[in-house]
Amino acid sequence: MTTEASSETEVKENAEESAAQPDQSEKATQETQEVLNTEEEDKEKGKVKEKEGKDGKGISRYLPTWLKKQKSLSQTSPTKETPPTEEPTSKVTEEEEVSAPEVNGHAEEAEEKEEVKSEPVKEKEVESNSNGSADTEPAKEEKLEESVQTTPEEKKETTKEADVAEEEKKGQEQETQAEADVQEGDGQTSIFQSPFRLVRKPKMKVVVCHVTLLDGTDFSCEVEKRANGQYLFFKVCEHLNLLEKDYFGLTYKDTHDEKCWLDPMKEIKRQIRSNNWQFSFNVKFYPPDPSLLTEDITRYLLCLQLRDDVAFGRLPCSFVTHALLGSYTLQAEFGDQEPDQPRPLDFISQQTFAPNQSKEMEEKILELHKSHKGMTPAQADIQFLENAKKLSMYGVDLHRAKDSEGVDIMLGVCANGLLVYKDRLRINRFAWPKILKISYKRNNFYIKIRPGETEQFESTVGFKLQNHRSAKRLWKVCVENHSFFRLNAPEPPTKARFLTLGSKFRYSGRTQAQTRMASSLIDRPAPNFERTSSKRISRSLDGAPVISITEAGRDTTENGHDPNLELQSDSKSQMRVHGDNIYVRHSNLMLEDHDKTQEEVLKHQASISQLKRSFMEAPPPSPPQPSQWEKRLTSSPASTIRIQQQQVVSVPQMETASADNAISDTKEPAKTTEVEIEETVVIQEVSKATKAGNVTVTSNSPVGPPAEQESSEQKVRSDEEVVVVEEENQTRQESVSSESESEEEAEYHPNVTTSISNTQIPEEKEEEDKLEEEVEKVEPEVLAAPAPSLPAEISQPAEETPQEEEEPRKETEEGMKDEVEEKQDDPETEESTDDPMLTPDETPKSFVPPEVEEEEQEEPKVNGEASAVDAEPRPHGICCSELPVVKTEMVTISDTFAAQKTEIATKEVPIVHTETKTITYEAAQLDGNGEGEPGVLMTAQTITSESLCTTTTTHITKTLKGGLSETRIEKRIVITGDCDIDHDQALAQAIKEAKEQHPDMSVTRVVVHKETELAEEED
Amino acid sequence: MAGLMAGFGHYTHAIVRGIPASLAKEALRTNQAEVDLDKARTEHDAYVQVLRTRLGLEVVELPADESLPDCVFVEDAAVVCGDTALITRPGAESRRRETEAMKEALTDLNMNIVEIADENATLDGGDVLFTGREFFVGLSKRTNQRGAEILADAFKDYAVSTVPVLEGLHLKSFCSMGGPGLIVIGSSDPAQKALKIMQQMSDHRYDKLTVPDDLAANCIYMNLPDKGHVLLHCTTDEFPESVKVFEKLKDHMLIPVSNLEKVKLDGALTCCSVLINKKKPDN
Repeated sequence: MTTEASSETEVKENAEESAAQPDQSEKATQETQEVLNTEEEDKEKGKVKEKEGKDGKGISRYLPTWLKKQKSLSQTSPTKETPPTEEPTSKVTEEEEVSAPEVNGHAEEAEEKEEVKSEPVKEKEVESNSNGSADTEPAKEEKLEESVQTTPEEKKETTKEADVAEEEKKGQEQETQAEADVQEGDGQTSIFQSPFRLVRKPKMKVVVCHVTLLDGTDFSCEVEKRANGQYLFFKVCEHLNLLEKDYFGLTYKDTHDEKCWLDPMKEIKRQIRSNNWQFSFNVKFYPPDPSLLTEDITRYLLCLQLRDDVAFGRLPCSFVTHALLGSYTLQAEFGDQEPDQPRPLDFISQQTFAPNQSKEMEEKILELHKSHKGMTPAQADIQFLENAKKLSMYGVDLHRAKDSEGVDIMLGVCANGLLVYKDRLRINRFAWPKILKISYKRNNFYIKIRPGETEQFESTVGFKLQNHRSAKRLWKVCVENHSFFRLNAPEPPTKARFLTLGSKFRYSGRTQAQTRMASSLIDRPAPNFERTSSKRISRSLDGAPVISITEAGRDTTENGHDPNLELQSDSKSQMRVHGDNIYVRHSNLMLEDHDKTQEEVLKHQASISQLKRSFMEAPPPSPPQPSQWEKRLTSSPASTIRIQQQQVVSVPQMETASADNAISDTKEPAKTTEVEIEETVVIQEVSKATKAGNVTVTSNSPVGPPAEQESSEQKVRSDEEVVVVEEENQTRQESVSSESESEEEAEYHPNVTTSISNTQIPEEKEEEDKLEEEVEKVEPEVLAAPAPSLPAEISQPAEETPQEEEEPRKETEEGMKDEVEEKQDDPETEESTDDPMLTPDETPKSFVPPEVEEEEQEEPKVNGEASAVDAEPRPHGICCSELPVVKTEMVTISDTFAAQKTEIATKEVPIVHTETKTITYEAAQLDGNGEGEPGVLMTAQTITSESLCTTTTTHITKTLKGGLSETRIEKRIVITGDCDIDHDQALAQAIKEAKEQHPDMSVTRVVVHKETELAEEED
Repeated sequence: MAGLMAGFGHYTHAIVRGIPASLAKEALRTNQAEVDLDKARTEHDAYVQVLRTRLGLEVVELPADESLPDCVFVEDAAVVCGDTALITRPGAESRRRETEAMKEALTDLNMNIVEIADENATLDGGDVLFTGREFFVGLSKRTNQRGAEILADAFKDYAVSTVPVLEGLHLKSFCSMGGPGLIVIGSSDPAQKALKIMQQMSDHRYDKLTVPDDLAANCIYMNLPDKGHVLLHCTTDEFPESVKVFEKLKDHMLIPVSNLEKVKLDGALTCCSVLINKKKPDN
């Protein structure tokens, strides 16, 4: 426990970590240690600051006192041992954890990884210390620290406990690496033998975890007390010899005895909140088409889960289906029924097939069992799944809730969206593409619905859950299911960087698309696995050759994986995410569009520095695809591809505007092979449907003509169906038709679908023509997720923006400059580059289009006043008052029928439901040059983007004042979050990012409207 | 093997019922209209003839009951899906006893009988649209939420979604299945609205075939072993424009069936039979 300050950074880390340490059950020694650390840290901090001061151009000028305060707050907190402290601290760790992947994802070379990884941590520190500092600073700072950081692991060892959290993270990464190694054929037996673990083990406290497996057996293993969920999960998967693990997860019972999913990215200890290290291994995402699973063992595990679901009534089915499923179970477990020796009935009755299992059913089961003669266990499993998947409640995760009128309903989350049940009846359904936003606030759960063809406004549907916990749990499940089933890659972390607010939760694993991609690469011989019965009755059941494969086999399979895949996916899994609303990305299609254009963009933009940067900065996600692309786009250099990849990633985050979808969808026809991949991914259902009735489809084709008389939407559909028919059931085709689903939506109601307020769109469009360049310029500046699609629609050049946008965000000033340079031919941009001094301050209100009036400038200048934020002890939710632009009509669901609901939505005049409690802190305007002097408005533009838990409205005005042009950017960021929010951090981040993105601009004003509510509990 | 949801449109048996003399005067109707009993009977005979002779179904013909003027509309008395038959509780008081004979007939056919015990529940078979993948239950004057719930309980394998029926007697007064995944729908506003709801509520995609006349949208689809897709639909006399639409279904065997008289009593084509698949579905 000797914390030698081996280097500044090290110590700092220590302190940071110690601060981050949860207070629970820590030994006194540790605590003292922590205190020590904190003290040291204080000193160090001071140093660092000094350094910064020297290096930089007076960061401290921007450095508000409140920041310092905050720092000290969090430092001392751990020693207090009070629950509230846990909140902020955990946040710190989370952030760190999360930040790592960003870097990770960049497909860095393995060696580089180490340093890079450490970087974010440092960065963070720097950030927090020097928020609002000039952008160049951090870069230098980082370099310094980096070099220090690159020192070998021994240092880490010395840092010990205090460092643990961090090591954990590193550990993960190393795991990742290790995994990669394995894949590269190192011959390691286990993915989990990461060096860090070996090193650390001796000092770690070890806990025994008990995991109940799907066959009812118990698996125990030791994990370090601080291990995160993923570690345990991987252990279990390893034990099970399971490769397609993304469909599965671990659950635990929380203190209220409710089942929760163990977050792979978080420490187990912090999640279980008790000393009950008891888990169960379960299916988390039910694959809509189990036949697409690669391995029998995966299907077997899915079967086990479903048998249980069926037997205990979680998956209701009819008598006949019970019997049928039971008979397949018998066949799989016991093989053919011997005609001469029929199984006695009482043997059957020992097995549970149904909640109310009757003799009659058992007889039926036996009868049906006979008919399965000759079926191998694997075949029986497939049959079982083929039938189970058709059940209406297959894969539906039910949550109790009430509608606005207090009527009991059930909300079911599934691959396709959100279902609303009253009793047994489905009374409403919201497909993922229909949902723009998912959020929760206290015990309320909201979904924002894309307006229908006839509707003008988005509507928000609210449900009441039992408590905050269940609301959050539901929200999480939604986020995860949506991500898993609808996205190609988990939400990228980029924007997260800016939004340090809200729940950081986000789905961190691979998406279905990714996991399919990955598992398609599995080529190990089918692993030998024991069925439950084969344990009880030692009897070989099937003719299927059982090859005994040991670790060696496993290794080979892992070799089969593209190492990149694994790496990336892992890193992705560490992605940080913030906010508790998810912006729902539905159309993956838009990705391609952007991608393509960006590709072009790249051609004239691929300066080395950019490449470099993109490597460094790109968010990790969307791993498998790229690799696939790489294969396809053989001609293009790998580096380019990588960049594309990140761009692809970047696009989705900006998504927000449904208009995007519309637009991109329209472009779809131009799609390439890549597109296909994604589509296959996107919609599974369709292929099923088509498959169901090939004949039928054919018959449908004639339907085409009549349909045409109707809404064009329908037209498209039937046409596509026809296509499918003609081309047979090949998956590719299916995917094509499937895409049509989203296409349909987007293509035909683009005007309506825009989530950007109607007022804005026209405005932008008007300007589009003249201001293409400006759009370009603007885009990169937008912090969160500016509606990229709009530009996309506008013109090719505009398309550059998304790509650029992404980069600057993460980049240091250098990057930013590069970018600017590239654009220099564009006059508008030049101005801003050339006269950084001009930028600032208030453009007279008159220039602001009416709808933006209320907009605050989040573009920031940090100042002392902000410290007031600090004073607010409860960071439950920041919510700047509602965007004036996007009017949201609040329609609450009642037990009435969908029809009525839709009607309401259509007819009612939009009402903005805004919470009125607003605290405003307004910073004095320090930098008010050019104050108020009205100039000539050259351009004005508003971009609204919505994401996760934030809505960012960027309003850019260019004015001509006495020959000088002034660009003023107002950003209004509405952050909706739960109690996890750390305002200060968020603000600091925002400011920092703003600085980074617009190094040439100065921050004139920061207004924070805060809407705080008392959360029922802290989660 | 017999899979779940296999063989949509496969039927082997049909239950029909005779027309009582009381039909002309006493049968319920939404519009006042004179019904020619003889014509109605002729029409009905032709209908049964098509089922029996043309399509080769085994037709169980229940005798008419004079005390049950509406008894010819057997569809409302039972919902049959797979091996399970749900005996309904018709929304019209006067029709409740229609289920007795129906239950007997279904029992004779070895169906698993489920009955509605709840006195608060009402359910007319005409409000139940089975698409092959799921049920839609119209909430109408004749069918209530409770009835729908019981149906959902009886057919647990399937999703059961409710659809408000704003106009018309039953859900199937303006729609029906024209094939697997193909919904035939009337073009009136209420019909289109209902379709939208169904599409929204479903995880599956349906094609739609819109016919100009709501009443023409009620047709009978079957998928028979040696005949393929069969569609019984309205005649040119009744709805010439709609027939033109049906005629575009090139792969269907189209059989126009006259329904001029029964339609006056809100009786559509599907109303006059309960179709059953007794054979184990093909592998």
